Order: sequence, then structure tokens, then C-alpha cells
Amino acid sequence: MSEMQEMIMESTEKILKEYSKKEIVNEAENGIWAKELWDNLEAYGMLKVAVPEELMGNGGDQYDAFSILYLIGKYSAPIPLAENYIVNKLLMDLGESVQDEFITISATEHKNLFQIREKDDGWIVSGKAKYVPWARFAQKILVLGETEEDTKLALLPLDNAKIKEGKNLAGEARDEVFFDNVYVEEIKTKSVDIEEQVEKILYTGGLTRSVMMVGALENLLALTKEHISERSQFGRPLYRFQAVQQHMAQLAGEFAATNVAVKNAISSYEKNPVSKEIAFAKLRVNEAIEKVNPIAHQILAAIGFTFEHTLHHSTRRLWSWREEFGKESDWEQIIAKDLMNLNQNELWSLITNVENSSQKVDVK
Amino acid sequence: MKALRIPVVELPKETEALRNEIRAFIKEELESGSIAPSCDSWLCGFSPELSKKIGEKGWIGMTWPAEYGGKERTSIERYVVTEELLAAGAPVAAHWIADRQSGPLFLKFGTEKQKHFFLPKIARGECYFSIGLSEPNAGSDLAAIKTKAEKVEGGWLLNGSKIWTSGAHLAHYMITLCRTSPQDINNRHAGMSQLVVDLSAPGVTIRPIHLMTGEHHFNEVFFEDVFIPDNMVVGKIGNGWAQGMTELAYERSGPERILSTYPLLNELTNTLIENKDEKGLNEVSKVVTRLWTLRNMSLGIAKLLEEGIPSSLIASLVKDLGTQFEQRMAEITRLLVSAIPSINSESKLEKLMAQAMLQSPGFTLRGGTTEILRGIVAKGVVKA
Ligand SMILES: Cc1cc2nc3c(=O)[nH]c(=O)nc-3n(C[C@H](O)[C@H](O)[C@H](O)COP(=O)(O)OP(=O)(O)OC[C@H]3O[C@@H](n4cnc5c(N)ncnc54)[C@H](O)[C@@H]3O)c2cc1C
Repeated sequence: MSEMQEMIMESTEKILKEYSKKEIVNEAENGIWAKELWDNLEAYGMLKVAVPEELMGNGGDQYDAFSILYLIGKYSAPIPLAENYIVNKLLMDLGESVQDEFITISATEHKNLFQIREKDDGWIVSGKAKYVPWARFAQKILVLGETEEDTKLALLPLDNAKIKEGKNLAGEARDEVFFDNVYVEEIKTKSVDIEEQVEKILYTGGLTRSVMMVGALENLLALTKEHISERSQFGRPLYRFQAVQQHMAQLAGEFAATNVAVKNAISSYEKNPVSKEIAFAKLRVNEAIEKVNPIAHQILAAIGFTFEHTLHHSTRRLWSWREEFGKESDWEQIIAKDLMNLNQNELWSLITNVENSSQKVDVK
Repeated sequence: MKALRIPVVELPKETEALRNEIRAFIKEELESGSIAPSCDSWLCGFSPELSKKIGEKGWIGMTWPAEYGGKERTSIERYVVTEELLAAGAPVAAHWIADRQSGPLFLKFGTEKQKHFFLPKIARGECYFSIGLSEPNAGSDLAAIKTKAEKVEGGWLLNGSKIWTSGAHLAHYMITLCRTSPQDINNRHAGMSQLVVDLSAPGVTIRPIHLMTGEHHFNEVFFEDVFIPDNMVVGKIGNGWAQGMTELAYERSGPERILSTYPLLNELTNTLIENKDEKGLNEVSKVVTRLWTLRNMSLGIAKLLEEGIPSSLIASLVKDLGTQFEQRMAEITRLLVSAIPSINSESKLEKLMAQAMLQSPGFTLRGGTTEILRGIVAKGVVKA
């Protein structure tokens, strides 16, 4: 980590410790926007990391952005920073400046494109998006749509949209957004290839979730470790029991594995935002949850099953986030497609990232 | 949780040429029929012919100094060589232990004489070692060993026995952990030493213990007044436990702890592609994802070890995850294909399935059992 990166991490962690406390995370579940948290991150320039200054960003690279998201996951921060980064990335790649407002993104409804028709000096918009993260708090939404001419990425103001509030298993806002022939005077659109955008949203989103999940896993591991060190039964701390040790070692294993998986995916991202490493990482992290959540709850037993304890901030997020931007079966199919295209004995080349060129080498 | 963070390794471009050189070498050996891919080839595939050829290529002891027959390559390059050989299922057992741990042990603790005597022979692929740790009453509890050496004029007299010694009937030497002073109940790890036993010496008897398949892989080795000259003591008398432990991280996190059943995964993938079996490949994509992750863990630890950063906790963790993975491979395969495992089947897939199934119990025992590894990890995490 460079000095700059350490500084970013340090100030982010400081903000999170102060403004993503237990009470704030709990309140957010009741629909209260974590204003101080968001505003502080904004004040420190964290909302526009990894965007060059020409595009109104604050510079830095993707590694910085994902390091911040890791902390968002670790502290269960109830804010849409990931969505903000995804939107920034899409805008930036189209050469557009990033915006000051909070923009959310419709990730799931790519089969039903929003219909955008010219009318007088403005536009008429129709469409519906389900399970939109934090829509009720957003000023705008980035959607995939089509005009009479072609397919677009369109930035729509949410002022006249209807929003039906919903939530994921962690109580994070996941709303339904309707545009029922809404007249909009000004919208920003950009012609895009839909498939390409859908893929980019899935992979970028998948990586944001993977990273946040490993952050949450770190918290889960820390809470578990603390518990087995401090709680005693039968006259000794829990960690002295072999059965507990076996559980703990498995948690540690899943954390170490998912941690290295996302780090490798992050380093691939700058070169290729739809890399196979991202597919591997999201699938690997998702798969860990089935093991990790039950173990953590088993070890913390009754106290960990309460609202009072904070274990659920992490475990409920892990259950939620594994569904988002591709569940296991989605990523399996994506990877399987690559496998299907392999020649005989070529799997090893895929794993090592070095093509089999033994034919070309002179055999002495 | 710093102790659980493993660094990302981007393999240098130069290693690609090396990788292709090995692939070409293996291809030639496969095509000439001198080797056939098999599971668990690093412990079961004993071929002095192949080991000598690999030695000629400079791929044994390749990180060692040139004066001892090494090639002064990096440990990452060594990693590339070993993982390519394992992925191909090449029979590398003859030199494996000597290359992985006996050689490095001499380098670290041996005398100049020992280094000059053993290392060049090992590097040529001509000198094989076995590991003499376990005894009938000392398995997981290794500190309970009873085999003892008593000081005599010019050397030591060794008495006792070792058990489960892989390849002792084929190897030339065994690094033997024994007591050189009586057990001290207050310090169980004190008073142990490492001696090089010439397995052809008078007083050494090697008796086969057949695996459940009937194969002869490991042995019981008896010592009756075996004379060990002073110059065959490795390192310091009394320091055997500590010396042995330093090699454990290498032993536990290498690619052989994740790739023992890779030849089966390769063949399974071939079969499913041939059958255009999308569902099957969906399952395999999970396996490939796990393997990709494990490889990145193992590579990351190789880098930490090269930098001299203590890694025994994560090495134990990788061995646990890796061997669980190896063990599941046959189970996963059998549900995806209509093949029935059989050792003498004509079908490559069925043969590899049989090997993977029948060797599987050993994966999570040798080199430290699952339970012991998890104990190490859990205690490490609590202390971290
Ligand atoms: C294929 C193979 C090759 C081998 N090659 C060699 C070799 O070359 N050289 C050599 O020295 N040894 C070798 N071994 C021996 C190997 O190191 C031992 O089998 C291993 O250390 C376990 O010892 P054990 O078999 O005596 O089992 P035990 O130690 O008796 O264990 C029996 C069971 O009890 C569990 N157990 C034991 N103690 C604890 C504890 N404290 N906490 C929780 N659970 C516990 C174990 O995990 C295991 O499940 C080999 C073994 C195999 C299978």
C-alpha cells in the first residue's frame, strides 16, 4: 500500500467508526438516511475516488475505491457507495463527468429497456425497475433504455417517478421504481451497446459486492474471535474447546481464501473490467456464505441471534449481497461458457493464464 | 487479521518461457509413452528415469547455489516447475522429498561437507530421501517419539523404529528425528536431533506396510544398533525439533497440497466438453473457482516464504483447504459422468477416478491431519 492509500484508508476508517455506529446502522433499517456518514465521505472526497480530475473526479485508482468499499462492508455502512462507484465508472468510461448528486442504478431489469420518446421539447419515459438500491434517497437513476433511434444509457431524474419501498434481508433499501409516461424536460443519454453495458454492470457490481462481503467477513471473524476469547463455559474460554477450534479454523480458511480471491480480482479489474477473475471471486465469495454464517451464529449462540448484538449486521448483509449482481448459478454459467470453449487438456492454461504453446517451442 | 492476508502474486512474464519449456518436455515424455498422467503422482509415482531427466534439465534444487549443483533460480520459478509437473500428473515421487525438504534442510543447517556431498546428487535426480518422523506411538503427537541415539566413539548408535515412512524401500537416505537425551516432561520438544540414516546400513530393516489397495507405498523401518557417524548429524544435537518445524511451512503450502487429483479434474473437463454437457460444466466451474483461489493462496505463501515472512498459520490453513479440495474431486466426478471407477479400466477417466478415490483418505492425514491443522489455525487466530 502506498502512503496515499494508507491515508485514504485511515480517514475512511475514522469516518466509519464515528458515523457508522451500531445505532446508525439500525436506524437506516427504518428508512433513515445516514446523512452525516454520506456527507463526511463526500467532504473527504471519497465519493469520486478513481475518477480523473478532468471528469470532475478526485483521482486515485480502482484499488483505492475498492479498499474503501472493503471498509464499507466491514462497518456495515448503510449507504450506497458501491452504486455510486458503479455509476461513476459507467459515466467515466463514456467520457462523461461524474455528478454531485447521488445517482442509483437499475441493475436487474436489462431485459425490459426503458422506453424514451421525444415529445415537444422534452421526453416521455416509461419503464419499471425492481430491486433498485437506495432509490428513495437518489436524485437520479441510470437506466438502460431505447429511443426511436437506438439503445441508450440514460440518466433520469427521479422527481416524478413512483417509488415503492422495499428492502433486502439486511434492511437495506431496495425499491421499485416506476416511470408511467413521465414527462421529463432534460435527460442525458448516450448511445451504447446494451450487452456490453449489462456485462460491465454485472462484473463491476459483482466485484463491489465481493469486496464488501469480504469486509463483512472480516468483521464476522473478529466478532467470533472476540467471543471465543472472552466467553467461558465449564471453567475455560470457548477457544479451548476443540469443537470450537475446528469451527474457528474453518472461518479463518474462508476469510483467507475469499480475501485473496477478491484481491486478485481487483488487480485484474483495471486491465479488464469483465475479467474471469471477477467471476471466480464473486462465485468463491458467494459460496463461502453457506458455511460461514451458520458457523458464526453457532459459535455466538443465543446472544448472536439477538438484534442487540451486531453480528447480524454482517450475516444479514452477507445473505443479501450474495444474491446481488449474480448468485452462484449465474456465475457458474458464465464460467462454464468459457470452459465449453476450451480444447482438450486446456483447462490448465485457463487456470495459469498462460496459453499452451508447447507446439511452438523447439524441443531439443 | 493481518496473519490471514495473503499477497497477490503476478507471475513475471519471464516465467512463461520456463513454463512452456516444461510443457514441451512433458509433452514429449507423454508422447513417447515413458509416463502417463496419474493422481497423487508426487507420492505414488516413483520413476528414477524421469527424475534423472528432470535433474538434467536443472529443475531439481533449482533455487540452490550453483556450487552445490543448484541453478540459483527464484522460488517462484521453482513453483512454476513443480505445479506444471503435478498438473501433468508426472511421476516425480523419487526426488520430491529431497528437492522439497531434505535439500533445503542441508542448506540451512548442514555442514559444508554435507552440502557438497548430498546436494549435487539430489540436484541430478539421483539421490532420494524419506521422512522419518512418525512412530507407532507418536503420530499427531510427534513429540512422543522413542527412537533414540546414544553417543559412542565417532558417532551415534541408533535404536528404535519409524512407521508409515513413504518410499523408504526406494530411497537412499532418511532424515530421522530421534531422541539424543531422555524425555523431559517439562520441555517435551527438547533433546531431539536429526540424523541422516543410510538406508542400506547394517542394522536397518525395512518392512513393507501395504496400503488398503495392496500397493506397497509406505514402510516400517527398524534400527538395531545402527552406527551413525558424527558427520551425519544435521545441525545441532538437541535442536532437531526446531529444525524440523522450519520446513513445515514449505511442506504444507506447496502446490502438491492442492493438485494431487488435478489429472482427474482435467480429464473430467475434457469429457464434459466432448459431451457438450453444460450442466456438468456448471458444476466444474465451482471446482475451477476453488482451485484458482487455492492456487493464489499457495502462490502468495511461496512469495512470503521467499521474503522470509513466517507463515506457518496460513500454510496450515492452505493445507487444510487444499486437501479437502483434493479429497472431494472423486466425489464430484462420480455424480457428473456415467463412468464407474476402476483401476484397470481402459478409460482414462475411470482409471483416474479410481486413483483419486482410493488415495483420498491419505490426503488429509499425511503431513498433519485436518484436526491438528485446524487446531494450529484456531490457536494462531486467537493469538493474532
Ligand atoms: C499416505 C501417508 C504417507 C505418510 N508418509 C509419512 C512419512 O513419509 N513419514 C512419516 O514420518 N509419516 C508419514 N505418514 C504418517 C502421518 O504423518 C501420520 O499418519 C499423521 O501424523 C497422523 O498420525 P496417526 O496416523 O498416528 O494418527 P493419530 O495421531 O493417532 O490420530 C488419529 C485421529 O485422531 C485425531 N487426533 C489426534 N490427536 C488429536 C488432537 N490433539 N486433537 C484433535 N484430534 C486429534 C487425528 O486427527 C486423527 O483423526 C504418512 C501417512 C500417510 C497416510
